[in-house]
Amino acid sequence: MVHAGDVGLVTAAREVFSEALTLTSGRTLAGFELITETYGQLNTQRSNAVLICHALSGNHHAAGRYDPSDPKPGWWDLHIGPGKAIDTNRFFVVSLNNLGGCDGSSGPNTMNPDTEQPWGPDFPQISVSDWVTTQVMLADRLGIDSWAAVIGGSLGGMQALHWAVHYPERVRNCVALAAAPKLSAQNIAFNEIARQAILSDPDWLTGHYQRETVAPTRGLSLARMVGHLTYMSADGMSDRFGRDTRKAPSNTIDSEETVFQVESYLRYQGKQFSTRFDANTYLLMTRALDRFDIAADFNDSLNDAMAVTTSRMLIIAFSSDWRFSPSRSQELVDALLASGRPVSYAEIETDAGHDAFLLDEPYYTGLFTAWMQQVVI
Amino acid sequence: MRYDLTQIESWIPEGSRVLDLGCGDGAFLSRLQETRRVQGMGLELDPENLIAATQRGVDIVQQDMDQGLSNFPESSFEIVVLAHALQVLHRPDKVLQDMVRIGREAIVTFPNFGHWRCRLHLGLTGRMPVSKDLPYHWYNTPNIHFCTVKDFEALCADLNIEIIDRDIVSGPTTALFKQWLPNLFGSTAIFRIKACD
Repeated sequence: MVHAGDVGLVTAAREVFSEALTLTSGRTLAGFELITETYGQLNTQRSNAVLICHALSGNHHAAGRYDPSDPKPGWWDLHIGPGKAIDTNRFFVVSLNNLGGCDGSSGPNTMNPDTEQPWGPDFPQISVSDWVTTQVMLADRLGIDSWAAVIGGSLGGMQALHWAVHYPERVRNCVALAAAPKLSAQNIAFNEIARQAILSDPDWLTGHYQRETVAPTRGLSLARMVGHLTYMSADGMSDRFGRDTRKAPSNTIDSEETVFQVESYLRYQGKQFSTRFDANTYLLMTRALDRFDIAADFNDSLNDAMAVTTSRMLIIAFSSDWRFSPSRSQELVDALLASGRPVSYAEIETDAGHDAFLLDEPYYTGLFTAWMQQVVI
Repeated sequence: MRYDLTQIESWIPEGSRVLDLGCGDGAFLSRLQETRRVQGMGLELDPENLIAATQRGVDIVQQDMDQGLSNFPESSFEIVVLAHALQVLHRPDKVLQDMVRIGREAIVTFPNFGHWRCRLHLGLTGRMPVSKDLPYHWYNTPNIHFCTVKDFEALCADLNIEIIDRDIVSGPTTALFKQWLPNLFGSTAIFRIKACD
């Protein structure tokens, strides 16, 4: 069923790039493919295009449904659609599955044209900079000289920041939600635990699991459980689960037993994720995240990095987000202020943690919508 | 528009960078962006005000002045405005010092507690004044640091802050008296200040 304010039924498209792409790692891809979706209409001046950058586990399917019977719409459907923050009555919205992803764009689970085998762990490591390079190629392909806005949350926000710093002439407005200029040691540590969970799965097979038609689903599931836990807040979990139980504990040490609701919830989240996501992509994405540092090309000066931006800038943080806490967003704001750049910043009071940027909180939605309404097209 | 805002507007140079501390719904900055073509930025805490200011096209940062303004660099704005908010701050002295550091000039407005009505109320009834403009009681008021025109001038002297200009607003009947006795007849004080050279 199509609700008012929804983009309705959507279809994904495939963009094939046959030119060679040299990556920041020094390796070269002879060509690559990106899966994309678009919502709304590109205007005749081609001035109303908005790019959505996805986070660790996201993909191109940001809004709408493929089929009326789909149980869930795209991952950011709450904020993309007619009359929503990213208003498809005004904007032409472009969303893609990043290079190295596992939802159709070239990545570890697609064919290596040289070997005619799945790439698996032989797929090159990709960086945030590489993603933006491919997004620039996509913009060129679509005839978009400058984006009305580049928008992302978390790892997506880092891509939006990279755009604003490295392609200022092509970004008129930039939105970075629940983002950070780079990861902290604690953040990298959580990602490392997630990676070790995958690497210690007997079905990992040094990343060549696809050849044996198995997958390290237990490791990937555990990786997701760790990650998911860090995207929630302690208060949010207390409110939602408390110490609620599903059944009485047994009198044996039963490893499969889940007594508490929160155990069952986490296992479910992990299991769901492990059936839809690729373990090699998970390694690739977390490493791209760990290595991102917006100031790296500016002698580690965040002020100097922000000083070269020319776009209007919206930074939003969420009070209970301890993965990318408000103080990390404030680093960005302070660097913009230090450079005399215009910026809007809000810290949204919520117990939804890091994932709050995906949700609909009145203050967040109200501010995001108001700010996007001021985007000149 | 409130009289103090009209006066502030006349002191804002065309095309300047203006920081409005406690900018409310952004109406004043939005007006300055039109009439004075300023590059404005507002500071606020209240979510509804942040949304309202954003709807007006005003850049706005959610930040608590009482936690300091050290993230704003020196001389990063031509003018820093604090309109009718001095009395709600925990440490007005620290904010004033920040204002003259961040702005080449600063403009401060506040209700003058030395006004004859306040004095009369306290003197005759022996209780803290409550009026149309200041409707709170002593225990629930957000206005925790009232001062008089004389108090403010003394503080500026202590902080090595130069008073460039001063305007005292009064009711129409006492307009004649305010130039001689501003601390007695002025209801709102408007000061234009800067750091001493």
